[in-house]
Amino acid sequence: MASRDDIKFLSNPNIGSQRRKYCRFRKYGIRYIDYKDPDFLLQFINEQGKILPRRITGNSLKFQRKIATAVKRARHLAMLPYVADLLK
Amino acid sequence: MNQYEVNFIVDPVLSGDEIKSTAQTYVDMVSSNGGEIVHVDEMGLRQLAYPLKRRTTGIYYCIEYKVPNGEMINKMELAFRRDERIMRFLTVRLDKFGVKYNDDKRNGLIGKKKSKKDKEEIKSGAKEVAKAAVKPIVKAKAAKAAVAAAPTAVSEEE
Repeated sequence: MASRDDIKFLSNPNIGSQRRKYCRFRKYGIRYIDYKDPDFLLQFINEQGKILPRRITGNSLKFQRKIATAVKRARHLAMLPYVADLLK
Repeated sequence: MNQYEVNFIVDPVLSGDEIKSTAQTYVDMVSSNGGEIVHVDEMGLRQLAYPLKRRTTGIYYCIEYKVPNGEMINKMELAFRRDERIMRFLTVRLDKFGVKYNDDKRNGLIGKKKSKKDKEEIKSGAKEVAKAAVKPIVKAKAAKAAVAAAPTAVSEEE
């Protein structure tokens, strides 16, 4: 009978249970997202200027929607581009 | 009384006086229609993310005001649309969190990359923290210098 040490897996069975994703707004109690602050909003858009999906940023639905409206307002005010490349 | 925020971008090609008078007309329009101005913020000349009317920069203004009823907003927007010196405008109604955020920002309580708890503590403690951070670095450097000096002294003795 093989002992536990002899059993090797091709991929680590512990993979996937590493980091706890959380919504940074809920965790730090931030209630309002300012659309006039493009440096802050850069965290939530990719290099092409597109809004990042929730599963990447870890935001809750409520704040993902607020981020989206903030980014869209910033785009209207020409603080963020609609299309870009090599933004960051 | 609802609090609103209107951002608009003025053409940078105009002379400084014309720009200021343009912004002033809208400030006066708010106060003459019974609105209370909370804050007027001239964010100054900024680079635009994409060209607007073939210009690459613009002068940003932000007016925060309170009005008892919102009829005045339509008139303001109509005036913005007609005015050729205004390139873009955006009117936003602020909810209570937005009002609080703007107040805190004006009072300097919102800093970059700090946790949002106890801002005043951070502000007063920041100077002490900075001093404390400098001291260990100085000590480390002195320790390194002492260590570097010791072997050379030993080799000289030999």
